[in-house]
Amino acid sequence: MTTTSPDAPNGTPMATGSGGLVIEDLGVTLTGRPVDVVDDIDLVLRPGEVVGLVGESGSGKTTVGTSLLGYSRAGALISSGRVLLEDRDVLTLPWKEVRKLRGEEIAYVPQDPASALNPSIRIGKQLVELQELRGIGTAESRLEGARAGLAEVGLPNDDEFLKRYAHQLSGGQVQRVALAMAFLPKPKVLVLDEPTTGLDVTTQKMVLDTMAELCRTYRVSALYVTHDLAVVANIADRVAVMYAGQIAELGPKDTIFANPAHPYTRALLDSIPHLSQARALSGIPGRTPAPGARPDGCRFNDRCAFVVDRCRQEVPALRTVAPDHEVRCIRVEEIGTWDINRGTVPDADPDKARDVIMSVEGLDVFYGRKRVVHGVSFDLAKGEVVALVGESGSGKTTISRSVGGLHKEWTGTIRFEGRELAKSARSRSVEDRRRIQYIFQNPYLSLNPRLTIEQIIKRPMELFGIAKGKQATDRVVELMEHVALGSGMLHYQASRLSGGERQRVAIARALAAEPDVMICDEITSALDVSVQGSIVALLEGLRQQRGISMLFVTHNLALVRSIAARVEILQAGHVVESGSVVTVMDTPREDYTRTLLSNSPRID
Amino acid sequence: MSATTSSPAAPSFLRRALKQKRFSVGGGVTLLVVLFAIFAPFFAPYGENETTGPPYSPIGVLGTDYLGQDVLSRVMYGGWGVLVISVLATIVGMVLGIAIGVVAAYGGGWWDEVIMRLNDVLLAFPQILLALVVLTALQNPAPWVIIVLVGTSHAPRVARVARGVALGIVSRDFVVAAEALGEKRSRVILAEVLPNMTGPLLAEAGLRLTYSIGIVAALGFLGFAADPGAANWGQMINENRLGLATQPWAVLAPVIMIAIFTIATNLMADGLAQLAQRGE
Repeated sequence: MTTTSPDAPNGTPMATGSGGLVIEDLGVTLTGRPVDVVDDIDLVLRPGEVVGLVGESGSGKTTVGTSLLGYSRAGALISSGRVLLEDRDVLTLPWKEVRKLRGEEIAYVPQDPASALNPSIRIGKQLVELQELRGIGTAESRLEGARAGLAEVGLPNDDEFLKRYAHQLSGGQVQRVALAMAFLPKPKVLVLDEPTTGLDVTTQKMVLDTMAELCRTYRVSALYVTHDLAVVANIADRVAVMYAGQIAELGPKDTIFANPAHPYTRALLDSIPHLSQARALSGIPGRTPAPGARPDGCRFNDRCAFVVDRCRQEVPALRTVAPDHEVRCIRVEEIGTWDINRGTVPDADPDKARDVIMSVEGLDVFYGRKRVVHGVSFDLAKGEVVALVGESGSGKTTISRSVGGLHKEWTGTIRFEGRELAKSARSRSVEDRRRIQYIFQNPYLSLNPRLTIEQIIKRPMELFGIAKGKQATDRVVELMEHVALGSGMLHYQASRLSGGERQRVAIARALAAEPDVMICDEITSALDVSVQGSIVALLEGLRQQRGISMLFVTHNLALVRSIAARVEILQAGHVVESGSVVTVMDTPREDYTRTLLSNSPRID
Repeated sequence: MSATTSSPAAPSFLRRALKQKRFSVGGGVTLLVVLFAIFAPFFAPYGENETTGPPYSPIGVLGTDYLGQDVLSRVMYGGWGVLVISVLATIVGMVLGIAIGVVAAYGGGWWDEVIMRLNDVLLAFPQILLALVVLTALQNPAPWVIIVLVGTSHAPRVARVARGVALGIVSRDFVVAAEALGEKRSRVILAEVLPNMTGPLLAEAGLRLTYSIGIVAALGFLGFAADPGAANWGQMINENRLGLATQPWAVLAPVIMIAIFTIATNLMADGLAQLAQRGE
């Protein structure tokens, strides 16, 4: 496609000249090797418009984001294309002007704002310094400017707040300070790189609303880089879906979500859970190819459900299929339409008979003298998934760690098949340790990088005397197939695997002990949505085939709907509402539950 | 953008180390000095205690020393003792120090406090002083005494480093996972924690080797060598220092050898440290 005539069909004037940004044929290559990281990126950001840039990790979305500021990370080089801001090409400007332009005209909000704020300078001083640097206002007016900036993002602006350091703010506050700093010089373009990843839904909602409002008020164009389609559905005007360094599909938000045309977009949407109804989630097989390892023809051909021979030979171009809607697929017309309700399954039956295997009564958990969980009681039946949901600090992980015996400062009773469990894993019987398995949130930390996959999965078998030697190896291969890992990875070290593959290894390690209860602590939150979909599908299969019960800790309510039968909503260490998923989510009784539900980003 | 992880097998630590100039130069020179210390005695023109002329005379390549022994031959003989004692002392110090540091980090809480505070007390003494306290009480100390003393004086320093490295590892989930499975504590340390510490510990070992050479040579200079008659680079400096003006080579030759050896091992340690810091 050509973007040389960016007269938008909906009548918006040409982007250049009246603010906004035009990206033409942008390409970034690795230095040293002629390998494209991203290429052929054409994108227009109109004034006051929020464009969502979505893709899995490794798709090159952050690379595109920073290219707008004329920046590429070490080892990469912006090799072609133009980034036009009011007819000036950011990429060819002398560096002094680029320096001035960054922040002043094109601002960047990083993923981790805590590391972008100076920890040893007070918030107020940082905001004033920023204005000094940019030459905004006078010495007297700058403090007022700082106050106004904070007010705009909904933060307190009294002296006490201005005197705080970054570490004295919450995650959401820090992110909003970063937004205030980005908006202070009144930029024309804003690049946001996953600014809400890691924030609670309520905080996320607040940050997103603030951002959207500011963009619209000041007619700022924003590029919102994220892996979370649900977030994009709530704030973006248009959506660009990136895959393997190219834009796969580009269109207005409503079109993308109602009528996605690219198989990749559809696969992404299929892997996202809905709030309103349970779904059988599916992942996308394989992984995003790295630069240099991308297949010929269509780059998605090795993972695509609609692939034909032609896809392996022909390189598809971005084609306009409807006004403003462009797709990079040669089979657009042949693959039919997509339905958002595809994959919908009945919700878990709330009246199903329950055979309780584990019960928690009056659980109080302490960290030193501080009591963080207050009298929590719930139970878990055979073959059932109970979700613990809450914001960070609600105690959900603390509860799961106590149940798993990883944290031992607790009182109350946890019964497993009627027997009381000891406090720490070490003081429990071998059999109890075997039957309750814990899976950790971050698969990058939970596998020993020095061991091979075989050693990792085999260990519980040896430890619990289930199998050893050749027999154990056979079982490892069997388990790896079960979690959809090829046996070719048997002798790989964990450091060679992707996040999703690592988490599968962690699940296989838990399964190796032949457990009855698995405690899953946010096990999908560090993973891409497509990987999350396949992991959830895997867990659902395990539950049905092996009758394993699961305690599923998450902050994602939509995910709960698809995976769990019962849910416990936690707030500050208390259970505020509990019951079957259908009841709690369709007819919430508590305000807190309602707030959580309404703040959760959704695509349905 | 988080990097995709489909990279080919990460090259082994050693292979990456060899690619680094600092390590390969340091390692190469160290190897040469070690080979010299081991094989040179076979090629020495004279015996270790053979008198070849009057004291401090220029007879021979490097002249003679205070007893009229050939300096070149003495230098060729004198490396072995320094080398063996410093390598063994380093090993003793590393093993002791790692054990203390890892146990403190893994034990945590009171264990950590008590062990590390005691460690701090030992750290307050200069290394050589600890060795001298015992050595002055002994006549003709056996080689193993020197090894143990130098090794022990290293231990508190190694323990500090080992604890620091281990602290970052014991809190990782894979260690917690092993705990939850009920692995024996010794196995958690040996199989889960230690293998992830090799990079920084190798660097520390290289550095400790440098210090060992220095201390062993210094002890030799002060007259605390295992065998007073035998050639020893450190001792040679002491023996011949009175003749420095008339026959400087008798002092300079062992000094140069010690300098080359320590610089080389230090370079090697530096290279390893850089590599370990860059991350695995």
